[in-house]
Parts: sequence; C-alpha cells; structure tokens
Amino acid sequence: MEKRMTVSSQNFKNEDIQKLEEISEVNVYSCYQCGNCSASCPAFEFMDMPPHQVIRAVQLGFIDEILEANTPWICAACISCTVKCPRGVDIAKLMEGVRQVILRKGIDHLNINEIDKKLREQLPQIALIANFRKTIL
Amino acid sequence: MKIPYYPGCSLKSTAKHFEVSAIAVAKELGIEFVEIPRWNCCGVVSSLTEDDIIHHVGPIRNFVRVLDMNENGLLDNEKRLLTLCSMCFNTLKRSNLRVKEKPDDLDVINDFMYQEKDYDGSVEVVHFLEILQKIGFDKVKEKVKKNLENIKVAAYYGCMLIRPKEIGIDDPEIPAIFENLIQSLGAEPVDWRSKIRCCGSYLTLNNKDTVIDIAYDILTDAQKNGADLIITSCPLCAFNLDNRQKDIKNKYPGFIEIPVLYFTQLMALTFGLEEKQRGLDLNYINFYNLLNKKVLSK
Repeated sequence: MEKRMTVSSQNFKNEDIQKLEEISEVNVYSCYQCGNCSASCPAFEFMDMPPHQVIRAVQLGFIDEILEANTPWICAACISCTVKCPRGVDIAKLMEGVRQVILRKGIDHLNINEIDKKLREQLPQIALIANFRKTIL
Repeated sequence: MKIPYYPGCSLKSTAKHFEVSAIAVAKELGIEFVEIPRWNCCGVVSSLTEDDIIHHVGPIRNFVRVLDMNENGLLDNEKRLLTLCSMCFNTLKRSNLRVKEKPDDLDVINDFMYQEKDYDGSVEVVHFLEILQKIGFDKVKEKVKKNLENIKVAAYYGCMLIRPKEIGIDDPEIPAIFENLIQSLGAEPVDWRSKIRCCGSYLTLNNKDTVIDIAYDILTDAQKNGADLIITSCPLCAFNLDNRQKDIKNKYPGFIEIPVLYFTQLMALTFGLEEKQRGLDLNYINFYNLLNKKVLSK
C-alpha cells in the first residue's frame, strides 16, 4: 500500500470501528502481530489484506482500509486462525463483525439473480444458505 | 438404541446417499435413527456477532422438538441429538453452547417462541462419528465383511467437525477419530497435512476459482500421500472436492480424478450392504471406474 496513513485519536471515534469492536466482542489489543492467523489461513493467497493486517488496521483505527479489503469476503469462517492464535483473539468473530458492519449499511456482496441456474440445481442447499447468510442481509 | 436424528436440508436432496448409507450402517450396529418431527433449517453457519440472537432460534427450536419427543413417548429419556452433516453439527452445537453460556440470550429466544415449551439446555448435540466411537470401533470391526486392506483412505475432516475447539469432536489440529474408524474397517489411513484445511466452503457459489485452487491443493496432497480415495462427512466439502473435479481438470489438465465418499458409504461397502444402501452411483467421480480392480467387483 503506497498510501500514507496517519494514526490519530480521531480514528477511534469512528462509528464503524466502535460498532465492530462492540458486536465482535474481540479485544484486538491482545494481538502482538505474530502472524500465525495469516500463516494458518487456507485462503491467505487470495486476500489483498491478510488477517493479521486487518487486526492491525483495527488497532490503529484504519476503517477505510478494512472496509475496502476483499478479506472478509474471501474468509469462509473456517476458524483456523482462531484455533492458532496464541493470544486468544477470535479472528473469525472479528471478520464476521467486519462483514456485518458492511452488510448493515445495506451493501450486499451477492446478486442472487446472477447465480448460474445449472450450478444452483447442483449445489447442496447448505452452500446456498451459508453464502446468503454471509453475503446479504 | 433409538436416537433422535436431525437430517438437515442437504441430506434430503444432493447428499441423499449420505443419509441412506448412514441409516443402513446404523441399523447393522443396532442403532435406529428417529427423525425429529417438523425439524427446521439450522441456519448452516453459526452467527458470530454478539447482538445477533435471532439466528439462534432455528437451532434451539429443533432442540425443543427433542424435548417434545421425549414427552410424547417417542423416545425414552434420550436427549442426544444425532447429526450427520458437519455444518448442521457445528451450527446446532454452537447455538447450544451459546445459550448455555448466555442465559439471557436463552430467555430472549424462549420469549420469542412463547407458544413452544421453554428450552432448558438439556439437549446434547452429537455427531454420528462420536456415537460410533462410543459404541466402540471394535464393534464396527465385527461387522466388516469385505476386505479393504490394500486400500489407502485419506480422511478429510474439513473445519466444522473440529473447530472451534470448544465444540469439536476431536483435537482441532491432530484429530484421529476418522483414522480409527478407517482402521476398524480394515483399510489403511493416510497421514496428510490437508485433512484439516478448509475447502473454500460456500465460496463455491460466487468465487469458484478460489475453491478450484484450494480443492486442487487438497486433492493432490491426498494423492501425493498415496490415497486411493477420500472420505468426508460434509455435503459442502463433498461438492467442492468431488463435483468440482470437473473444473479442476479443466484448469489443471494433468490432474487425475480421485473418488470422494461419505464415510458411511465406505462403511456400507465394507459391511457388504447392497448398492441401494450405499448409494455409490450418486457420487460425482465414479468409485467403481477407479477402484474396480483394486477393491471389489460391483
């Protein structure tokens, strides 16, 4: 990221950051950036911001970077990160919090009309419902 | 032994072969699944935000059905709720844990379901593998009629059976329950690192390319470690690892297909059950084409 980012107390007054910490109930300040979460993430290579950087961004109040990242939409809540975290940070819950903060603004991440008809008929129901639960409100 | 059974949506449709084979092998072992009446969707994924209580109503309502069954005489004080689908297992068990840890949330849910009996937290969500472990893998071994000793089986746990550790059926990083089952069936379990790696799950709907790459890694890891076939207990993992092999072949032309079965199908095979009880014609990659010579003739 070339962009210059400034740490300011203003960052923490942001409504989204506060809501994120409230609904995820995760204390991001427990994280010491060891990177185990990103190392254990099966989808790390597809993310433009790996999980440990998302936590760092929350610690510093960089909400715009978090909301723009593809990370919460690549994360499939497999909970590998949470299991691996030596500090007990529930990263899977934090990622769900990010998704919810965005979805509650009315920004969907799936257009149901675009689902391929043939695929829809082949998929197990749990694939559809799980995806809907995570990408639309 | 009669036990209340929660099928979930996929086991009634795309994963019918999972249900059929599970019921058949359970019967062989003296276990009768009693499907809970008027069951509803579990929600598939557990709500992870603290203020989202409404999505726990689905799971809890199913637990009330189990209480009803005990009251109506359908069951004799059996409050274990059996699941087969890993996602149902995970979602139901996490909701159960949440209302036990947060009694205030349970009050909200019970108030919402004011026409129903109050849920008291007394139901225990179990997976079929746990029941097999409890009755003993040596008992499973006694039912084995077909010899599979030259077959190497890679057990794919995925995520939902073992994570988070509070609800997992085994160690979240080094699980062994599947391997114990494979051994009791007379086959050889494969040791491989991808057995607990996520398959990409529901991304298969709108992020197919990611799932293809992840599934390719998982399947080739099993093959590198000598696996002849893979077993699983999740209809979504089964779709990504089995049905997606067509897309994997298109992207990676050197890829060689490998059968992916539900663990209960492998059990049905070794128990010598009929084809309609093992449902092997419903798996995408044809089991017989690839293993006919090595295992047994149809």
